Amino acid sequence: MHELSLAGGILQLVEQACARDPFERVTHLRLQAGALASVELSALRFALESLAPGTLLEGAAIAIDEQAGTAWCLQCRQTVQIFSRLDLCPLCEGVALQVTGGTDLKIVDMRVV
Amino acid sequence: MCVVCGCSSPATGATEPQVHPQTGDLHFGAGTARVSVPGLSQERTIQMEVDVLGANQAVAQQNRTHFASHGVSAFNLVSGPGSGKTTLLCASIEALRKRAPGLAVAVIEGDQQTSFDADRIRATGAPAIQVNTGKGCHLDAPMVARAFGQLDLHAGAHEHAHVHSHAQKHSHGAVHDQTHEHAAKAILFIENVGNLVCPAMWDLGEDAKVVILSVTEGEDKPLKYPDMFAAASLMLLNKVDLLPHLRFDVVKCIDFARRVNPGIRVLLVSAQTGQGMDAWLDWVLGTEA
Repeated sequence: MHELSLAGGILQLVEQACARDPFERVTHLRLQAGALASVELSALRFALESLAPGTLLEGAAIAIDEQAGTAWCLQCRQTVQIFSRLDLCPLCEGVALQVTGGTDLKIVDMRVV
Repeated sequence: MCVVCGCSSPATGATEPQVHPQTGDLHFGAGTARVSVPGLSQERTIQMEVDVLGANQAVAQQNRTHFASHGVSAFNLVSGPGSGKTTLLCASIEALRKRAPGLAVAVIEGDQQTSFDADRIRATGAPAIQVNTGKGCHLDAPMVARAFGQLDLHAGAHEHAHVHSHAQKHSHGAVHDQTHEHAAKAILFIENVGNLVCPAMWDLGEDAKVVILSVTEGEDKPLKYPDMFAAASLMLLNKVDLLPHLRFDVVKCIDFARRVNPGIRVLLVSAQTGQGMDAWLDWVLGTEA
C-alpha cells in the first residue's frame, strides 16, 4: 500500500516543478522504476489515477519504464542483471549476489501545457 | 487526503500539508512558447530526473547527521506484527540499564493507532514518543525528525553537542559500522509500524535496520518479503525458547536470509528467557569481540 505514498510524492514533485516553471497541466508523465524498487507497478498506476482528479496530473498519460536490477556476483566477480531479489546469478547460478542498482523510482520527464 | 501517506487527514505526522496550486494562479503560456507562432504547440517537456523518495532521503540524511552530532546510535526495528518487538525492546532497555547505567536510551514508537506500545516502554522508565501514522503503513524521516526533537535525549544532549560533534568519527552510511570509534552516548530505538513490506523503502536516518523475525512466523519469510531482509543489517530470530515446540528450521531460515542479503548478521534471541541478549546488546553497543 506504500504505492499511494509514492504517488503522493510524485504529485508533490510535479507541483514543485510547476511552482518553479509554471504550466497548466501535465499531458505525459514518464517514470522509471527499478525492478528492485519494491514498487508494484499496477498499484502505483492505480494510485496515480486515483489521485489525479483535480490536480495537475488530471488526464495525464502515464508511462512507467521498468529498468532491470543490477547486482555484483561475489562468485563471478562481475556485475550481472537481475529482475528480482530471488534471482540467481545468470552466469553461475549462484546466490551470492549483492544488489547494486535498479532500486530507484524516478520521474524522468514530463510533457506539460 | 494526505498525499504523503494516504491517510484521511490533511497532514500526517511531521509532514507539512500539501498546498494544491489553483488553475487560476498559473501563468499559462509563460514558457518560451508564449511567443505565439501559428502551428507551434505550447506543449513542452520538462526534464525531471528526480528520485521520488529524494525528499525523504534528504531529511533522513539530516537526521543521520543530527543523531551523530548528539552521539546517538539509532536503530530502526522492523518486523511483521506480533514478532515480539516491543517485548524485546523492554527487555533490552532493562538489560542495558544494568550493563551501561549511564547510557541514555529512548524509543520512538510507530503504530497506526494507540499509544499501547509507548506506554509499555515508559513503564520501563525509558522516555518514549508514540507516532501514530493514522492509515499510513510506515514511518518516514520527517516523522522521526519531529519525534526526536521532542525527546529528552535530544534536549539533554544539546548542551554537549558542540563539544563532541566534530570530534566523533561516526559512520554516516546506512550500513551499521560494527567498529564504533567512540562509545555511543545514547541509543535511540525506532520501532517501526508492524509491516514487513513498506518500511523497507523509507530511510529514517538510522545507523542500521534490524529485522526481527519470530520462530512462530515460518522460516520462509526472508524469501516472501525479500526487500526487508535485504535492507536490514541484522536479523534477530526471536522467541527461540519456543523452538522445541515448533517445526522451524533455523538453518534454512538463515540460508534464506543470506540468499537475499549475503552480508546480513543473524542472532538468536529470546526476550522471555534472556537467551542471546548479551550478543544483541554487544551488537547495539558496538562492543562485539
